[in-house]
Amino acid sequence: MRPTHPSRNTVFGLLSTLVLAACAVSEPGQRQNDAPFDPYESSNRNVHSFNLAVDRVFFRPASKGYTNLIPDPIEDSFNSFSANLSEPGDAANFLLQGDFKQAGISLGRFLMNSTIGFAGLANPASDFGIPETDTDFGETLAVWGFSEGAYIELPFFGPSTQRDSVGVFVDFFTNPLTFAPARPIENVGFYANVLERLSDRGRYSDTVDSILYQSADSYAVARLIYLQNRRFELEGDSSDSYVDPYADPFSDPYEDPYAQ
Amino acid sequence: MPSNFLFRRNFLMSAAVFAGVAALPMPVLALSEAQARSLIDQLVADINRVIASGKSENAMIRDFEKIFIKYADVPIMARYALGSDARGATSEQMRAFTAAFTGYISRKYGKRFREFIGASIEVKSARKIKSGYEIRSTANLRGEAPFEVTFLVSDKSGKLKFFNMFIEGVNMLLTERTEIGAMLDRRKGNINELTADLKRAG
Repeated sequence: MRPTHPSRNTVFGLLSTLVLAACAVSEPGQRQNDAPFDPYESSNRNVHSFNLAVDRVFFRPASKGYTNLIPDPIEDSFNSFSANLSEPGDAANFLLQGDFKQAGISLGRFLMNSTIGFAGLANPASDFGIPETDTDFGETLAVWGFSEGAYIELPFFGPSTQRDSVGVFVDFFTNPLTFAPARPIENVGFYANVLERLSDRGRYSDTVDSILYQSADSYAVARLIYLQNRRFELEGDSSDSYVDPYADPFSDPYEDPYAQ
Repeated sequence: MPSNFLFRRNFLMSAAVFAGVAALPMPVLALSEAQARSLIDQLVADINRVIASGKSENAMIRDFEKIFIKYADVPIMARYALGSDARGATSEQMRAFTAAFTGYISRKYGKRFREFIGASIEVKSARKIKSGYEIRSTANLRGEAPFEVTFLVSDKSGKLKFFNMFIEGVNMLLTERTEIGAMLDRRKGNINELTADLKRAG
């Protein structure tokens, strides 16, 4: 993340506004998995309808075409290429999180894959047993102690939270590989990322379809899955958060089900 | 000396009793944990076998239904997924709902098996938690980063069965409660209509 853009000051101005906005909505004291904190639900649902339309008309058919057209090994290479371009940003975020070891690993992977890995089209670092670990500015904010904030569904990006929206925004505009307005050809990271998203949408088409189009309430299911998975990524799982269906106030189980 | 003799005898007896008391819970606990782990080992072996069989989707779904009934505590899972409305349901309604739920889960998750062809699941660790046992496993997919699958196991049904699973932190039961809650809302809380819908869903 080098300060290459004249727009950097503007970006940070906007960032602080967003962070302040994120702080303006206070979270309920007890965070419950059953009840997501979603004060903007009605506008989020409008965005969700918009995203569904975009997916149906453009993203889904494009991803199917892409996955069917491009042979698997080449698609894998493009995905490695895109992942490799995200390593410098990961390294910068790990540094901001104070995780020097992971920052070094990300940077090492980038150097290795960019050279002997044919500009990142191959992934020798993983073949040598240096696993890829992703991070983002949303995680950095979490490490810094910002709370998750309200649930937000972003146009095109999909499920997010106030904290992660700030993260997406900052990651995008501070990374010279994804945002170079003066020299559009250098936005290679952005194009690579679009291809990677197409690939994911195409390869897991049935699973994504089952959530988006076969659910009785795709908005609520996508929200639940996103929040749980994101918390798992950031905090890891702990038995404290397990719901115990045997102790559920709604199901008083073992008098009845087995005495039928 | 009698007192000495008694003392020794007492000491030995209490030592034996104490040792017995202290020793007893440990093997029992360890045994159940090992049992919970071996239940998931068997479950995973069965699932890996179905994935590797290369059968048609419908055949895989039928196999998965058998596995689900054999290893899962289906009644408690169905009850939890139905949520508070389970309280007002008659036992007849619960029986019909549980049967529809079994088929729905088998179809919904059985279909996903195709994406797991070439994958394998490996049990990593087991530990005691408040509601039973937590068994962690890792799924390795071709060309993808491995992901974590956690099973929760309990013997509260009278048999050792799993009652929930988490895929990368996503709680299956909670997800199904959300889905089924939405289906029930669509039918304005009518459990019989929900059950009819569920027979076609998944």
